[in-house]
Amino acid sequence: MAQLTSSGAATADRPFPPGAYPVVVVGSGPGGLQLSYALDRLGVRHAVISADDAPGGMFRRWPFFQRLLSWTKPFAPAEHGTRRYERYDWNSLVADEPQHRALAPRFMDGTSYFPSRAEMEQNLVEFATATGIRVRYGCRWTATRAQEDGHGNRFVLETTDGEYRCATAVFAVGIAEPFIPSTPGFEHVGQYGDTRPAETYAGRRVFIVGKQVSAFELASGLLPWARQLVLASPSPVKLSVNTRSLVGVRARYVQPYEDYVLGGGVSLLDAAIDGIERLPTGSLVVRARRTDSGRDVVLEVDDIISATGFVAPLLDLPALGVVTQGHSGVPAQTPFWESQTVPGIRFAGTLTQGSVGLRKHGLPANSGAVHGARYNALVLARHLATALGIEPPAGQVLSPDALLDRLVGELQESPELWHQKAYLAWVATVDPGGGFRDEGIQPLAHVLDAGGPDAVILTLEADGSGAIYPVVYVRQGGSVQERTLQPDPFLDFGGPEHRTELAGAIAAVAPGVVV
Amino acid sequence: MTTTDELVDSIAGMALFADLTTPQLEAVAHRFEERLFPEGERILRQGLSGSGFYVIVEGAASVVVDGTPRATLIRGDFFGEVSILLGESPVADVVALRALRCLVLPGSDVELFLLDHPKVMFRILQAQARRLRNANRWRS
Repeated sequence: MAQLTSSGAATADRPFPPGAYPVVVVGSGPGGLQLSYALDRLGVRHAVISADDAPGGMFRRWPFFQRLLSWTKPFAPAEHGTRRYERYDWNSLVADEPQHRALAPRFMDGTSYFPSRAEMEQNLVEFATATGIRVRYGCRWTATRAQEDGHGNRFVLETTDGEYRCATAVFAVGIAEPFIPSTPGFEHVGQYGDTRPAETYAGRRVFIVGKQVSAFELASGLLPWARQLVLASPSPVKLSVNTRSLVGVRARYVQPYEDYVLGGGVSLLDAAIDGIERLPTGSLVVRARRTDSGRDVVLEVDDIISATGFVAPLLDLPALGVVTQGHSGVPAQTPFWESQTVPGIRFAGTLTQGSVGLRKHGLPANSGAVHGARYNALVLARHLATALGIEPPAGQVLSPDALLDRLVGELQESPELWHQKAYLAWVATVDPGGGFRDEGIQPLAHVLDAGGPDAVILTLEADGSGAIYPVVYVRQGGSVQERTLQPDPFLDFGGPEHRTELAGAIAAVAPGVVV
Repeated sequence: MTTTDELVDSIAGMALFADLTTPQLEAVAHRFEERLFPEGERILRQGLSGSGFYVIVEGAASVVVDGTPRATLIRGDFFGEVSILLGESPVADVVALRALRCLVLPGSDVELFLLDHPKVMFRILQAQARRLRNANRWRS
């Protein structure tokens, strides 16, 4: 009979007992699952541990109103299971085997192209089950030590089941811990995750701290119930439809903004909160100063909910020397998602947004979402395999004419380039034996800065104007030239004009290509 | 991670933000993004489009033109504004000489930010005037 841990997970046949592993992955959300899948397929021995009882990570609980922000289009201009379809499916994890691809749409009931939380959880559970990903559930990582053991292991992860020694630890623990500001009186404030059922806010004055996506998600859900809604943070609200990127409040939650601009009663304040007090009547007083006009604001409300964002649950990693950046305390990382300050500590899943890349035109990569992080995991797995001496098969050598066809093909098909714009690149190097060697998908920052042989580097990019366009970087003699191609309103880069432009862009290293 | 309060205290001492009130400094701390760069990493890349406006909070960086170091930037210095104002790619690399902590504003946000904060714009003009004067001294 299976024993149960304190968290309820069965201990019988639990994989990965404490011990030494080349790689230990912490977490069983989409980031941990995708990385483990890719490591398995490359033959990299590793352990996966998770404090949870089942796969899914944050999607086992959140979003609060049970509907995702990331779409999956069941009907799209590409067949399910093709690389091209991944452009339209932001929520499936990616697999080599056709039967394990495009799982997300199989669970969607057709009421929305944003899966429900439960549908997303089913999708992840199915991926883990069908692909045979093994995880030691109910095993909570509790502390970390840097400790050489003479066998190449650099770290000891302490867990509720015992100690794991490893050369590389990959943390895929998400960014789901509420950030609590030090504002006086914040103990009176409810956290996003503690929000009550919407109907309990009926007729109440609700003050939401924050003006980012989670704040607007709550405001959208409370619109039919609250008597008054005020959203406040020091800087002005950004909307994704204005930034033309995932930066800002997503279109799904813009309704409170429209209510505000049409005078419906929602208020958006650019203000820094000085303090919060509870009155004997039970209501709350917020004291704030407007950052736009400098004026003081005093408001009496019934409820205050904090939606000030989330931070990464890194436990003692900062004490180990892992430096973090930004409001979410995301570890600062190299292009291959390694801590900038503690070699051997790496990250997967949404935490990979700490490897910022070029952030051209201010637009971030989609590493914070499944549809970006899943490709980071594939690249990281190959990088780890190589570091462990498991060389993936060398890429195909292409003739110059075949290179042009391949460039067009990548622009038309590659989900990596589509979802990780100006972040992941397809690379071909000039082969000493003639032609161009397919080097696969690599982080753009690495390719541009690491140097190497003459090469053609291809990305898709955007500049915030709404246009999406190919960019070709040609590395020749150690210096890199950037060539931006024309956008296309139908996002079709396979026509004669783009072929001619591409041929021109690569002419320095591939002269005379037949268009 | 630096808290907003720590960041506000840190940037309050910089000439660039010296004229801002505390709430305005808090808005700056929210509006800019904090970025860290390890020693040797390129922050600006000569000839590549789409860069941002950077203010150094901690560390040092080298301005490198065609592989030749031309200047060193330290805490309180800023870079990237010239290419943004002119709509052109940077004419130099900027490389971290040691671990560098910066505040970053996307190029597309710079105009609105400066119009919202004319005192910061004035401070940038002063700095540019100093750079121009020094460049002219070198020539004479």
